[in-house]
Amino acid sequence: MSIPVLALATDHWYDLRDLANISDAILDGADKVLPFGIVYVLAALIGFVASFLIFVLPSQLYLGVYGERKIIGRIQSRYGPNRVGPFGLLQPIADAVKLLTKEALTPKESDRAVMYVAPIIFVMPAVLIFAVIPFGPRMVFANVPVSLLYFMAISSLPVIATFMAGWSANNKYSLFGAMRIVAMAISYEVPLVMALLGAVVVTSGAPYAGDFLNGLALQDMVLWSREFHIWVVFVQPLALVIYFICVSAELNRTPTDIAEAESEIVAGYLTEYSGMKWGLFYGMDIGYALGASAFAATVFLGGWTFFGLEKWVPPWMIFIGKTHLFYFLFIWTRGTLPRLRSDQLMAFAWKFLLPLALFNIFLVATERMIWSSQDYAKGLIYVFAVVNIAVSIAAVYGWARFLGYRPENTPVRPRLVKNAGGYIPVGSEANR
Amino acid sequence: MDGGGIVFAFYVLAAVTLISAAGVLVSRDLLHAVLFLILTFVGVAGLFVLLSADFIAMAQVIIYVGAIAVLILFAVLLTPRAGRNNGETKFALPGILLAVCLAAVFLFVIHDVAWTTNDEAPVLGADQLGEALLTTWVLPFEIASVLLTAALVGAIMLARTPQEEAEDALA
Repeated sequence: MSIPVLALATDHWYDLRDLANISDAILDGADKVLPFGIVYVLAALIGFVASFLIFVLPSQLYLGVYGERKIIGRIQSRYGPNRVGPFGLLQPIADAVKLLTKEALTPKESDRAVMYVAPIIFVMPAVLIFAVIPFGPRMVFANVPVSLLYFMAISSLPVIATFMAGWSANNKYSLFGAMRIVAMAISYEVPLVMALLGAVVVTSGAPYAGDFLNGLALQDMVLWSREFHIWVVFVQPLALVIYFICVSAELNRTPTDIAEAESEIVAGYLTEYSGMKWGLFYGMDIGYALGASAFAATVFLGGWTFFGLEKWVPPWMIFIGKTHLFYFLFIWTRGTLPRLRSDQLMAFAWKFLLPLALFNIFLVATERMIWSSQDYAKGLIYVFAVVNIAVSIAAVYGWARFLGYRPENTPVRPRLVKNAGGYIPVGSEANR
Repeated sequence: MDGGGIVFAFYVLAAVTLISAAGVLVSRDLLHAVLFLILTFVGVAGLFVLLSADFIAMAQVIIYVGAIAVLILFAVLLTPRAGRNNGETKFALPGILLAVCLAAVFLFVIHDVAWTTNDEAPVLGADQLGEALLTTWVLPFEIASVLLTAALVGAIMLARTPQEEAEDALA
């Protein structure tokens, strides 16, 4: 990358505002002493330990397993885990030990090799996603110029693993789950890419430090929000909403988890899995949701920037905070919304999200033309933000009404069947 | 970008691609063949990365692994169970003949074309690619998109039931 990242932090090793400093210092020192090659092993170890301590342990185990159960418990007027350790804090560890000691059964008639490989393939992309996420000005492992596409490519891989899991179990419910997930992946991939295209159109080509930003690189998107003092979400509110819905569908989060709908098809593709094989699927579901949250925080919520606060607070802390804030949305929708039907989800993707995403691209492309003709005036982007928020709300409401959404027709208060004179279907004449 | 690492990576990726391509041919189970095919696509994407064509590598994974392979899996799901595992070899001989002919053509082309070599890695970013597609090569690009639209319409026409056609005829 030719674009210089503004020197937020000094490059002293003790400057913890960017953890890349300390790891660089350690590696430079080690390179002088140790023989060639060892430094790479050391780098991998440092990366593993650091990411485990600052990200995986707090996020995966505590926000992911404990926090999710606790928050959903509060949403549903329950206590959540509260027996193991103080406030139930040791519950995730107890769960992990239980899963590790359980027997992983394999059905006799199953496709053993495929069933064995599926959880492993499911885990790999969840780890690979984090390679391109910028945690700080210099804290990005692989700053490739097409990191947004890399994310898209990697996030299309777990579908194949879940399909393998559903197919190989040789169980009809597993197969139903696999079939649903494949159909849903095809449907929701389209509006997802369209929504992200809107964000790319906004950021790419904008001037920055004598050069132009590359909208396909995640670090450049963060620099965009740093340069123009606005997050992409304000310019692209519709894109974030579409992204969130599509990603929660692709990741099988609860309002849209038709692939493992307990009330319909037992546990979908997970039916025949047990022990740690099931645990890998469960744990990596959280891993993918965190990856998607980190991606959304980078693209839409300004990544490690916070309107100048990143000079004082470590940027990686801001980033992790934003990631967890976005992850809370996943927990919130999971705790409050009922599951949709399979056909409802498909219709929603093709009839509602896709036209809105296309409209969003049209809108943002027009604005992009105006913006570049005005020589990228900084004030104009705030005008676009106000216009886009208003237009997005109008578009969502208008398109919903066009498709037959009539909130005034549904009764506001529950009506007793006896008082209404027998069963009246919602939306019929007598109910108005 | 020189040194032993890249050569090692090339041989590993080539081996993955070729072995999984062989797996597609050898495996009797239709689903295993599809999974090997996916591995082949991933290997080819890795080779694109080695050629410093990042965008094409990512597009390869998104389109071939994310979309086409998933569509093939969907097609396999809709195949009746009897059609999956028997591994008919009725078309083996014509298939081998066709493959030999194709290989002959490829070898001929590889041998006879004067390939230009360049020591410097070409700059093949997404922006250059987009500019080329929308300026120099805009006509083939648009023709391809018209072709895809025609294929889409054709698929819808094929999938319609007689009742739906009758309803449309009335309207």
